[in-house]
Formats: sequence, C-alpha cells, structure tokens
Amino acid sequence: MSKLQLKNLKPASLKKIYQGLIKIRKFEEKIVSLYPQQQIRTPVHLYIGQEAIAVGVCLNLRKRDYLFSNHRNHGHLIAKGARLESMLAELHGRIGGCSKGKGGSMHMTSQNAGVFGTSAIVAGNIPIALGCAFASKFKKDNRISVVFFGDGAVDEGTFYECLNFAALKKLPIVFICENNFYATNSPQKVRQVNTDIYQIAKHFKMPGVCVDGNDVFEILKFSAEAIERARKNKGPTLIEARTFRWKTHVGPESDIQKGLRSEKEIWPWKKKCPIKKFVQYVTKNKLLSKNDLDKIDKKVNAQLQRALKTALKSSYPKKTDLKKNVY
Amino acid sequence: MSWDKIPTSIIGVKTAPEKGEAKPPRLITYRQAILEGLTTALKKDKRVFLFGEGVDDPGGVFGTTLNLHKKFGKNRSFDTPIAENTLTGLGIGAALGGLRPILVHARTDFMLTGMDQLINHAAKWKYMSGGKFSVPLVIRAIIGGGWGSASQHSQPLQALFAHTPGLKVVMPATASDAKGLLLASIAEDCPVVFIEHRWLYDRKGPVSKNPYVVPLGKGIIRKKGKDLTIAASSFMVPLSLEAADIAAKEKIDVEVIDLRTIKPLDYNLIQKSLEKTNRLVVADTGWKMCGISAEISALAANKAFGYLKAPIARVALCDAPTPASPALEKAFYPSSKDLVEAIRKIYRYGRKK
Repeated sequence: MSKLQLKNLKPASLKKIYQGLIKIRKFEEKIVSLYPQQQIRTPVHLYIGQEAIAVGVCLNLRKRDYLFSNHRNHGHLIAKGARLESMLAELHGRIGGCSKGKGGSMHMTSQNAGVFGTSAIVAGNIPIALGCAFASKFKKDNRISVVFFGDGAVDEGTFYECLNFAALKKLPIVFICENNFYATNSPQKVRQVNTDIYQIAKHFKMPGVCVDGNDVFEILKFSAEAIERARKNKGPTLIEARTFRWKTHVGPESDIQKGLRSEKEIWPWKKKCPIKKFVQYVTKNKLLSKNDLDKIDKKVNAQLQRALKTALKSSYPKKTDLKKNVY
Repeated sequence: MSWDKIPTSIIGVKTAPEKGEAKPPRLITYRQAILEGLTTALKKDKRVFLFGEGVDDPGGVFGTTLNLHKKFGKNRSFDTPIAENTLTGLGIGAALGGLRPILVHARTDFMLTGMDQLINHAAKWKYMSGGKFSVPLVIRAIIGGGWGSASQHSQPLQALFAHTPGLKVVMPATASDAKGLLLASIAEDCPVVFIEHRWLYDRKGPVSKNPYVVPLGKGIIRKKGKDLTIAASSFMVPLSLEAADIAAKEKIDVEVIDLRTIKPLDYNLIQKSLEKTNRLVVADTGWKMCGISAEISALAANKAFGYLKAPIARVALCDAPTPASPALEKAFYPSSKDLVEAIRKIYRYGRKK
C-alpha cells in the first residue's frame, strides 16, 4: 500500500485491524489448545496464516452485507462481527450455539453479521452468494454479497457458472479466492493448468486482481475497490488472494507433524505471517506503539475467556430437538 | 401478499354447481391451471419470480409459462444459462435474500446436475443453521416420457427427492390440484419439488378462477369403494379411476386415493381406507425398487397388518431405464390393464371360489 493511502488510516483504524487479526489468531489457537480435551467434537479447518484476507475485506463491508464462507469459516465470521460465544458454543455442540448445535464448525451462521448459512461443500457457497446478490439487485436494497472460497473451488464447474451469471446480470458480488495452493493435500499445480486464478475473470469480462493475501493493507485497498464497484451496480470482481494455511487441512495439527509438507515449504510463509508483517510495519513507522498492541492483546484475551465461559454454560440440545428445524 | 389470506380448500374446487347455481363449473386444462397459478402468484406477491431454461420462449415450457415475461417483465420471468446446479443455488440465495423463487426444469432429468445444491444445500440449509434460515424455493420438475423420449427425458425421480429430509414433494393429478397445490407450494417456507406429469397437461377439470391453496399433506378420496384400496398419485390417478371402472363391471368396488403430496404423506387416509377394504394396491409413476410404492407398502404392512387380508400389490416401473422404441415403451409404462390385473389378483386372494 502506498504511503499516501496509509495516511488515511488513523490509529483507531489500525487498532481495529490489529484487533481483527489477533482475534482470529487467538480464537483458532484456543481451539488448538482445547481440541485434545475432546469437548470440541467437530472437524475444524483452521484459518491461521490467512487472517489478513478476512480482516481486510470485512473492514470494507457493512453489517447488512451478505458474507458466504466455506469449511474454513471461523476467520470470516469473526471478521464480519459474529459473536464469539455463539461460535464457541457451536463448536462445543451446545444449544446456545449459532446454529443450535446442528451445524458444528463447518456450518456457522450469524444473522446479525449477514452470514446466512455456511456450506462445507467445495464451491457450494458460491451460487448461494450469487442468489443473495440477485435478491439485492431485485430489491434494490444496496446490499452486496461477498463470497470466500479456496483454490479447490476453482476446480468446480459452478465457480465458472457463477462468474458468468454474475457478469451477465451485473450482480453486486465480490468473489474472493483464498489461494493457499492446496485442496486438502492436492497441490494446485497438479489440478489446474492455469494457476493464475485471477486471469479467469478476463473471460467473463470482469476485473480480476491478484493480491498478497498476507498483506492486510493490500487486501483493504483492492477489496475496497471491488466492494465499491459492486455497491455502485457496476458488477462483480474476482480477487485472488495468495496465502498459506499453517495448519493441516482439518484438525489442530500442522502438516509437518503429519509428514505432509516440509519445514522448508512452510517456513518462508511463516516469515510472511500477516500479523507479524502488520506489526513490523506499524511499529517501524511508529503508527502504533507496543503498548497499544499489548492492550489489544489483553482485551482480546479477556474477551475470548469470557466468551468461552459463556459458551460452556449453555447446555446440550435435547433429544427432542433432533427432529426440529427440518422443514 | 400474505399467503395465509388465500382460502384453503381441501377439495380445491366444487366439481359441480350447487343447487340454484346456473353455471356449470369452468373447465380448463392442467397446463392452463399451472399458468393460472403462476400468474396469480406473480401478481399477488412481488417477491415471486420465475426462472429456468426457456421459460420465456414461444412454447413457454409446454405452455405453462406462456407470455409471463411480457406480463410481468424480464425481472420476474426470465431465461437462464444451462447451469442447473448454479440455478438451484441461485434460487436458494434469492430465497435467503427474501424472495420466493420458482425454478423450472422442462425435464426432471436435468435436475440431476443440480443435486448438490438441492440435496446438500436447499434441503439442509434450515437444519444446519438451527432453524435460522428457511429456503422457500419451488422447483417445478416435469416428468413423463412417450414418443421415444428415452432414458434422459422422462425420469420420475420422486423417491429420490422424498428420500431426502428437508424436501417436500408434490404430485398433482388434476387441474384443480395443479393450481391449488402450486400456490400452496409457493407459500411454503421450505424447498418444494413440484412434479408435473406431461400426460396430464391436456386433461381438463373444473378450476376455480379465484386463488385458493390445496394444503400439502392432505390426500383425497377420488372414488369411494369398499372392496379394495388403490393409493395413487399423479398420472396413476386417472389410470386407477379407469381401472376402478373396469373392476366395477366385475362387481369389485375399488376406492381410489389420490395422495396429492408424496411428502408429507397422508398415510392416515390410506390407513382408514384399509381398515374398511383390507386390500391394497399401490400405483406409482416411479420405479418399484426403493420407491414410493415400497415405502407405502412398508407403512401399511406395519400399521395395517391386522387389517390386511391379502398381500400388497404394487404397480410401478420395473428396474430398467426408460426405453425409446414404442414397443418397449408399451411394455415399460403401466397401463390401466396392469392395474385391473393387480386389482383382480388382490381382490380374489383368500376368497373361496
């Protein structure tokens, strides 16, 4: 991000960014620490390493805007403003969970934050986000739709169908591909002939941009443009944000522990940690002090602690809840 | 429009003018009834829109969507890319965004490329969100082969849909029900697969001009009888009535039940009938194997065991895809003759000759 644009970011905004990043990181780390207790009995796809994307995008969104996410959804929900306690209760299978214990980690919701359900089928969320964008245009309610998906979703046909339809009807939607180069354990290059995902946009006559997914400032800038474009009824944008997941596809371990990837592959990405990158920048340029950051750390720790306590107070659903909410 | 303001009618419409009424009831075809239902919904509820492959073409999907785009504009009734899975997802999203989408497939077979969105998403969305988000989506699916339509332009897949928790499955047999059940389906807050049969399109019946809903989950007795019950749906209903007429000449008094909706299934109506007739024939346009007829037979075997005086017979499709040749089609599709044979066999079972 150029210095010129950075000037516009006041300390309050920078604090907000840091708080967003650290909240997601700590939430996911909390899961890692709790997981061995086997009280979180749902498959978790952790977002550690990719935080900048959710935070950068969501800071440009309004509360009423729609957000659709996938199996790796915790970061997106937190960044959009979902309540931590209902997410934690959902992870623990409690009735007070955001999906009443019926969704688990992969189907988080937040009505207030505009997350109207989450799909864990690869690319399954994209046409639904498209439908919400269609509804916004139909109703002229000035809401936009943002959908996050991985590079794996680009293997699916519906991805292309959705780009086509969105461009055809000029729908207010932003497609955000978080390219972490793996679909489960399959590398992108063995699955796709053109690994420059953003270039696909060209065929559908819409803007496609490639951004550093670990640079929150870059995400902020490019997503702002895409979101404004959607808001002004100028049509969709495809953003490819390149990043890396630190953890394994599913579960609290790392791929190194599992022997799936080498230290050599992960290490350069850890050096590019989105949070470290942000902290280095703001401290070097004296935009925020260490004290500022410590305060936020403490605040988030306390918030998370409180949320966990509240979540665990909620009871398990009753047997009689089993057949409720089917129709 | 508030959907609960539309009058509910179990009968749908009076079949004959009452005393003092001079005019005979208005007769229109099943296809006209669907067009009328869609027109009513589009007119009365601004949230309703219609989309699918070819909905605004000159044929208007067998005449059921004719000129709706001219009447209501291209926002409300529009043609789409050939992308069934995406279209189904679009319907889900639009429903979440507060609209009432109606997706049309000229052939049910095409829906199969949209199964991910239908079964993984639409059917489960409400449950997965703990009841927070409903998907009021109607999918019109058209079945019925003939004229060599063959394996991919004819499939009756009601069992597949009914097997999935979260979906309702509707199969109207008469013009009056086509309109009333369609309006009821649009009023539902969950995804409904609305299955129409091409061989019913030209059949005429009395249909009220006014809007009305036929509630889902309520079957109806089309012909009263005391010797044997036929539980049928969709095109099997007129066939069953034909078969009942033939059986009547042999002094077999058949009761014909039109299920109207496969899910929710009005099993109680079948049960009550069996307590009287003690004999059951199930007639389904779909396949026998793991089909609707299997489900109804299992329910009857379980709940009406003590009443049954004969095995349950099923008239449905054999375990083969739809063939093309007219000779094979004739062998493939059940006829009223097949029904009569089943009636005779079940009626005679256990009776002294």
